[in-house]
Amino acid sequence: MKKYLGPLNKENPVLVQVLGVCSALAVTAQLKPAVVMALSVTVVCALSNLIISLIRNTIPPRVRIIVQLLVVSFFVVMVDMFLQAFVYDVSKMLSVFVGLIITNCIVMGRLEAFALSHKPLPSLVDGLMNGLGYGLVLVVVGTLRELFGRGTLWNIRIMPQAFYEAGYLDNGLMILPPMALILVGSLIWILNRNPKNAK
Amino acid sequence: MGFFQKWSDKLSGHFEKGRPLHVFKSLFDAVDTFLLTPAAVTHNGSHVRDAVDMKRIMITVMIALCPALLFGWWNVGYQHFLSVGATPGFWQAFGFGFLRWLPMAVVVYAVGLTIEVCFAQWRGHEVAEGFFVTGFLIPMIMPPAVPLWILAVATAFSVVFAKEVFGGTGYNFLNPAIVARVFVFFAYPSVISGDSVWIARPGTCDAVSGATPLAVDVAQIPSDWELFVGAIPGCVGETCKIAILIGAALLLFTKVADWRIMLSVLVGGAGMAAIFHAVGMTGVPVLTQLLMGGFLFGTVFMATDPVTAAHTRAGKYVYGLLVGIIAIMVRVLNKGYVEGMMLAILLMNVMAPLIDYCVIRIHIRKRKHRIARSKV
Repeated sequence: MKKYLGPLNKENPVLVQVLGVCSALAVTAQLKPAVVMALSVTVVCALSNLIISLIRNTIPPRVRIIVQLLVVSFFVVMVDMFLQAFVYDVSKMLSVFVGLIITNCIVMGRLEAFALSHKPLPSLVDGLMNGLGYGLVLVVVGTLRELFGRGTLWNIRIMPQAFYEAGYLDNGLMILPPMALILVGSLIWILNRNPKNAK
Repeated sequence: MGFFQKWSDKLSGHFEKGRPLHVFKSLFDAVDTFLLTPAAVTHNGSHVRDAVDMKRIMITVMIALCPALLFGWWNVGYQHFLSVGATPGFWQAFGFGFLRWLPMAVVVYAVGLTIEVCFAQWRGHEVAEGFFVTGFLIPMIMPPAVPLWILAVATAFSVVFAKEVFGGTGYNFLNPAIVARVFVFFAYPSVISGDSVWIARPGTCDAVSGATPLAVDVAQIPSDWELFVGAIPGCVGETCKIAILIGAALLLFTKVADWRIMLSVLVGGAGMAAIFHAVGMTGVPVLTQLLMGGFLFGTVFMATDPVTAAHTRAGKYVYGLLVGIIAIMVRVLNKGYVEGMMLAILLMNVMAPLIDYCVIRIHIRKRKHRIARSKV
């Protein structure tokens, strides 16, 4: 069990392997799209891990990347349609980044590194955990950016009006992508400084 | 001195590893080396015999900044009283400005030094002197009406992300003071741009507007002489060009700052301003362009920072020229970012190692050719 929990802490795909950073910077200006993105990646990662693991013995090794891409893009298109049908506003906000899950290295990485050589059930769990590890970073960064950048969470005002009257201002830099990079960097820093993770 | 020496000897034991006060060792060291000459001497490796050490350089820069600061105190008060329709006496204006500046400096030093000491303790370093100059510069390049909590956040950001993450004083590739200003510029644009922040306001009094010359039409720009003397609204330390030139003279005389950088920034800026003026993209003449805003302050005190500027001699010319050119380009071409100087310096800080690398490669190639030719 412990091996599957790695992605949430010291084998985090974003913070340790530094994969999927592009979308982590792009969609985290607010919490809502960050959460939706996190769930989308989790679903795609888990299900494509499952499918690839089921057919792992029939895929010819030479064309495995094509097959993986096919499976991944199938789920990405499904997710994209689902988002457009049920949460259209968020789908608009995420724009191309849902489609770009196909190229998210976390998904491909797990297929190559895990699903191709493991049984279906462990693969499913592995995909799920890596998706959640990615999601964890997105949610933390998204929370910080929306809270300090707009004073809201999930579009609900959190910073009390009294703060603004006392002279508090929203931090405009939080909304800009550079701050997302700095926040992800800070998380990596904190993780590396944790003595428990020392190699 | 004897008293301090005894006191230091007596107390130092308590701060060794394993003793109860070890957590405060870096703080003790900082006070100790501030008061007394450290007893440690080098035993091997190279010995440099020179009166100039880091502390001496830092203090020279601070002394060079003093004329601009003194004028800034007077000007902040003068602008304030002018805006409320009063004509202040000299000491009245001076005192008002000083009291305006004091909390800014206290906040910057308190926040910055606390963070520095924490990092030093955590890493087992000594507390370096670097922050004294940075902390001196930060209040000087902020508008006098900047809220103190924003100043604190900006200082914390710049000390942590521009300096400590890269290893502290001497390892920073960005100028921390400029990072603090750029942080405020992007995070809280309303307190550092527009036309109501350049004059100190008392408490909740109605906003008094007075535009920085950079943001107004050509016709409204003060005359060159007014810009030169500096009794105009602006950041605390950058309005008086006379005071800045006095500082520049001191820095050049003591060779703390490199004249190559200063000269090439001026040449680059003047050249670019002349081109823009000639093709009619801006109505601002060259001299006015160089006297406006923080161009001169940046040239003298920011671009010449020995840690973040280019190190090679040829590299310094390239670095300075590009700082000047980019600063004027940002100013003229991008109406949203009126203060191009800080962005130009920051950009060139990032480029400086690359410039040095290229200069060294070219140098090596030249010498190789020379050797090859001499062998033939």
